Amino acid sequence: MPDTLLFAMEATLNGLTAGVMYALVALGFVLIFKASGIFNFAQGVLALFAALTLVGFQSGQIPFSHLINAMFGTRLHHFGWNMPTLLAIPATIAVMILLAILIERYILKHLVNQEPIILFMATIGLAYFLEGFGDIMWGAEVKALDVGLPKGMSGAVDDMTFAWFGYGFYIDRLELWAAGIAAILVASLTIFSQYTKQGRALRAVADDHQAALSVGISLRFIWVLTWSIAGIVALVAGIMWGSKSGVQFSLSLIALKALPVLILGGFTSIPGAIVGGLIIGVGEKLFDFFMQPVIGGATENWFAYMLALVFLLFRPQGLFGERIIERV
Amino acid sequence: MLYREAGDFKTSYGADNQTFPIRFDRYGYYFVLGFAFLVVPLFINDYWANSIVVPFLIYTIAALGLNILIGYCGQLSLGTGAFMAVGAYGSYKLMTAFPDLNIVFVIILAGFVTAGVGVLFGLPSLRIKGFYLAVATLAAQFFLIWLFTRQPWFYNYSPTGMISAPTREVFGVAVTGPRASAVAMYMICLCFLVSLAWLARNLTRGMLGRQWMAIRDMDIAAEIIGVNPLMAKLTAFAVSSFFVGISGALLFTVYLGAAEAGEAFGIDKSFLVLFMVIIGGLGSIFGAFAGAAFLIVGPVMLKLLLVNTLGWPTDLAAHLEIMIIGALIIVFLIVEPHGIAALWRTIKEKLRLWPFPY
Repeated sequence: MPDTLLFAMEATLNGLTAGVMYALVALGFVLIFKASGIFNFAQGVLALFAALTLVGFQSGQIPFSHLINAMFGTRLHHFGWNMPTLLAIPATIAVMILLAILIERYILKHLVNQEPIILFMATIGLAYFLEGFGDIMWGAEVKALDVGLPKGMSGAVDDMTFAWFGYGFYIDRLELWAAGIAAILVASLTIFSQYTKQGRALRAVADDHQAALSVGISLRFIWVLTWSIAGIVALVAGIMWGSKSGVQFSLSLIALKALPVLILGGFTSIPGAIVGGLIIGVGEKLFDFFMQPVIGGATENWFAYMLALVFLLFRPQGLFGERIIERV
Repeated sequence: MLYREAGDFKTSYGADNQTFPIRFDRYGYYFVLGFAFLVVPLFINDYWANSIVVPFLIYTIAALGLNILIGYCGQLSLGTGAFMAVGAYGSYKLMTAFPDLNIVFVIILAGFVTAGVGVLFGLPSLRIKGFYLAVATLAAQFFLIWLFTRQPWFYNYSPTGMISAPTREVFGVAVTGPRASAVAMYMICLCFLVSLAWLARNLTRGMLGRQWMAIRDMDIAAEIIGVNPLMAKLTAFAVSSFFVGISGALLFTVYLGAAEAGEAFGIDKSFLVLFMVIIGGLGSIFGAFAGAAFLIVGPVMLKLLLVNTLGWPTDLAAHLEIMIIGALIIVFLIVEPHGIAALWRTIKEKLRLWPFPY
C-alpha cells in the first residue's frame, strides 16, 4: 500500500478521535439550545471552569487565595491535602449545579422573552465573567489534570495496524477513552430524555414553552436542569481536553470550534453534534495533510469555520436540524 | 426647562434637514467640537494621548462601524478584529508600495479595501442570520488572521512577521512613526473621527439608514414594502467594514506603529468592540462614543485603583477587569438593553421637566 494512503488513513483516524472531543463540547451547546433556545457561547468557558475547579479540589487549592493574599497581605495557597479524584468529581458536579442555579436565578430569569440575539450576547458576557472568575478563584497558570485515565500511544492499535499494513498507526489511548466516554454519555442522555419524567418534561419544553407551561411544567426547574446537565457535559469535556493538553485558557478557544460543528450537524440534533464533530475532525486533519505543502500549515485554525460557512450557503439548517420555517 | 425641543421654529427646508435640527443639541455639538479641536491640543501630553485619548478616538470609529452593522442593520458580526487587520495590512501594503502617497489617502484607501473584503464575507448574510451569521463571521476572523500571519507577501517577507509603519507626514508634520508628537496623533485621529461620525449620523437618518432599520426590525416585512435586502445588507457590510478598516489602519499606523496580526487583531478585539456597542447602546451614534469611552477609561481607572493605589499584582487586576466587563454586559442587557445612550435619553427627559416635574 502506498505510504501517502497510509498516512492519510492515520490522519483520518486521528481526525476521528479529535472529532469526538469537538462533539463532546458541541453536545453541551445542543442540550441548552434544545431546551431553552439559547445559543450558549459560554459552554467552552464552562468546560474550562469545570476543569479548573476539579484541579483545584484535587490539589486542595484555597479558592480566591490570590485575591485574599492581595487584600490582606497573607500568603495562602493550599490547604495541604489532596482530595481523591472520586470525591473531587462529585464536588465539582455540585459546583456546576450551583452555578446553573445562579445563572438561572440572576441572568435567565430576567431575560425571558428577549430576542435570541440578546440572550446570545448575554452568554458572551457570561463567558467573560466566568473566565475572569475562574482565574481569580483558582489562578491562571497552566495546570496539569490527571484523573487516572491512561495516556500515551495505544499499543493494541499499533500492533493491529502493523499486522495489517506493515505500518503502526499512532493513536493516543486517551482519545480512545474519550470516544468510549462520549458514547456512554450520548447513550445515557438519550435514555434520560426518552424514559424519565424529567427527560420528557425537558423535551416538552424544547418543543413549545407555552404548551409546556400550560400542562404544569416548571420552566425554571427545567432550565436549571438543562444548565446542570450542560455543566456536567462541560466537566467531561474539560476532563478530556485538560488531560490531553493541560487546563489553560486555550481550552475555551477550542470550544469555539464547537460552533461550526453545530452548524454542520444542526443546532437541535444530538446525533448531529457527533457526526458534525467527526466530519470537522477528519476534514481539518485531511485538509491540513494534503494542503500543507501548497498553502502552509496551521489551517486547522480556520478550516472548520470555512467549511461551516460554505455549508451554510447550501443547507442552513445543518445535516440533521429541523427545517427553519419563517412566518411573517 | 434647560433642554427644550419646543419653540425652535424653522423657516426653510435646509434648516429643518440639518444634522442637528434642535438648537440646544447643535450648540452642545459646537461646544464639544470647539473643545476637542482648540482646547485639548493645548493640554495633551504623551501619557494622556497614549493611554486614553488616541485609543478612545480610534475605537470609537470601530464602534461606529460595528454599530451600523449590528445596531442599525441587525447583522451580528464577530469578525471586527479581522476587518481591523485588513485595514492595517492594507495601509501597510499601500504605504510600502506607494511611498509618496499621502497617509490620509492611504488610510481612506485601506478603508475601501476593507469594505470590499467586508462585502465578500457579508454575502452569506443573504441566506443566514442571527448566530448562524455570527459563526460565518468567525470564519472571516480566523481565516484572515491566518492569512496575515502565514502568507509572507502580506508582511513583505519581514523575518519577524511583524509590520511596522514608516514615518509619514501631513502638511510637513509627522503623524506616524517614532517622531510623531502626541498632538499630531491626536489631531489626525480626531479629524477622521469627526468626519466619519458626521457621515454615520447622516447615513443613518437618510434613506439608506431607514432601509437598514427596516431590515433589522423585520426583514421579510421590509422586503414586502420594497426594500431590497441584497442592497441594504451589503451596503451595511460595506459601510461598516469601511469604518472598521479605517479604525484598524489608524490603530496600526498612528497608535501602535508595529503590529502582528494574531496579537493585535485577535478575536478579543472583536469582542471588545462588540462590548462597546452593547454597553454604549445598539443603534445610537452617541452610544458608540459612550461605549468606547467607558471601555477605554474603565480599565485604566481600574488599573490605577488596584495596581497603583492598592498594590495588587497586575494579573489579578486583569482578571478582575475581565470579570467586571462580563458582569457589566449582563447587567446592561438586563437593566438597560439600549445602553448608556438610553440613560442619556432619560437624563434629557428629566432636564426637559426640570425644575417642575409633575
